[in-house]
Amino acid sequence: MAKGVKPRVKVPKTAAAGDTVTVKTLISHKMESGQRHGDDGALIPRSIINRFTADFNGQNIIDVALETSISTNPYFEFEAVVPEAGEFQFTWYDDDGSVYEAKKKIAIA
Amino acid sequence: FAGLPAVPAFASLAEDAISEFTGGTAPGAGDLSISAPEIAENGNSVPIEFDAPGAVAVAIFADGNPTPKVGAFTFGPLSGSRFASTRIRLATTQNVIAIAQMEDGSFQRAEANVKVTIGGCGG
Repeated sequence: MAKGVKPRVKVPKTAAAGDTVTVKTLISHKMESGQRHGDDGALIPRSIINRFTADFNGQNIIDVALETSISTNPYFEFEAVVPEAGEFQFTWYDDDGSVYEAKKKIAIA
Repeated sequence: FAGLPAVPAFASLAEDAISEFTGGTAPGAGDLSISAPEIAENGNSVPIEFDAPGAVAVAIFADGNPTPKVGAFTFGPLSGSRFASTRIRLATTQNVIAIAQMEDGSFQRAEANVKVTIGGCGG
């Protein structure tokens, strides 16, 4: 597992049923592109998060395939429909097989 | 050259990657829009966003990067819009290209030129 990986997610705590809400996610990760050379001149091997998914109550919102041109600490902002109260689930998949998860509950106001 | 696949003359890496995404279909213009800063001082983190009404998926390409594929966004049933924003690396001044796959199977293309002061793939 890559070191110091920490997901952060921002979603509203409440929404009206059927509302569209803005979701912002950030995960701290080096996203080593495989293009850089280390101090010894050797190529540093690629090590990135290659997939990100966001779901709500088991239904998909967005599914992103990440390539090496995504910046360090991948950031995504997008919009989701909230049909009922429930839980967002966010999942990041690392090249090394690690899976990072974050969950956020939202209530209907 | 018998072992090499046939590639059209002048085909760039980015155009190859785009054809791979579209399956060779030529994209048209439409409501797809992509926005990026005109000038990016630091190519390590360039904010971009796109809006693609009616799209099922959007792929982003950077035609001046060593690997032009940036990412592909597929929208699910609970997506609230066909908008997304992220931050990308740009090695040099170049075009950022968005290709949207529409519900009817057609494709749209939009691009934005970004002038990069310090490249983001260095080392």
